[in-house]
Amino acid sequence: MLHRSITSNAIGIGAATGAYGLSFGAISVASGLDFWQTQTLSLAMFTGASQFALVGVLGAGGGIAAAVVTALLLGARNGLYAMSLAPLLRLGRGRSLIAAQVTIDESTAMAIRHADDPAAARHAFWATGLSVFVLWNIGTAIGALGATALDDPSVLGLDAAIPAGFIALLCPRLTDRRTRVLALLAAVVALVLVPFVPAGLPVLGAAAVALAVEWIARRRWVG
Amino acid sequence: MIWAAVLIASLGTYIEKLAGFILPARLIESAGLRRLTSLLPVALLAALVAVQTFASGQALVIDARVAGLAAAIIALVARAPFIVVVLVAAITAALLRAGGWST
Repeated sequence: MLHRSITSNAIGIGAATGAYGLSFGAISVASGLDFWQTQTLSLAMFTGASQFALVGVLGAGGGIAAAVVTALLLGARNGLYAMSLAPLLRLGRGRSLIAAQVTIDESTAMAIRHADDPAAARHAFWATGLSVFVLWNIGTAIGALGATALDDPSVLGLDAAIPAGFIALLCPRLTDRRTRVLALLAAVVALVLVPFVPAGLPVLGAAAVALAVEWIARRRWVG
Repeated sequence: MIWAAVLIASLGTYIEKLAGFILPARLIESAGLRRLTSLLPVALLAALVAVQTFASGQALVIDARVAGLAAAIIALVARAPFIVVVLVAAITAALLRAGGWST
């Protein structure tokens, strides 16, 4: 019974992320990637925030290095997820190679929710990971094909969909006053940097400045 | 050019995921690192929102994207799902442009 309800939750989460895969596919093509580049990101990179960041920075003319670094910094949290999952899932080397690919926000959250029951946690991890992987990729394909068929995607306001996608990813992370102040600071610093440094770098510079200020503030007032 | 970014970043994000499973936890586990990895996405995503809304090359502009973002925020406050938030932003911007009210 428990496993069946986990499976149906997993499919529900997959369907919801499939819908955002649709917007990723469309936005990626609107940013200048072709169908296969877009699909490769969903198959091989398979971590939403990094995918959006990569196409966002490339689309804005940010260059390869800035795009890759931004995507990798956003993807670093998956490594921490894997670290918390390793003792819970207890996978061998071979399975870890596959599990790594589906270690994302959703599969981690579902597995950790069943941390008291390792069999349920394993089931939740695989069911959610695979369901999101399949539906995210189907969504991406449909979105990318749809946008490829358009002459000029910007007519549909797809450029405005990009910041909307980022703010939808950001919102659930604004859990307290400190994260809100950090977000505001990063946004302001990024805009200040835009006229002075090449595209792609304002985002990285702003994140560095905001985190440095947060670190200093915490040491001074708390530590 | 784009393929290089796609492939390098994909390989890199996979290595990040795999590292957590393979490396001994004590090597990478520290309170500071945990904190940094949870705050990093907040700072990066906020900066991305700002830049993708107001930057056009190296110029700062106010165009239909701002209205799109405002509409997205309203949708988020109303707890709309991701796809609706994105669609609302795109439609708002497209309508403003179609009506000639904005670039």
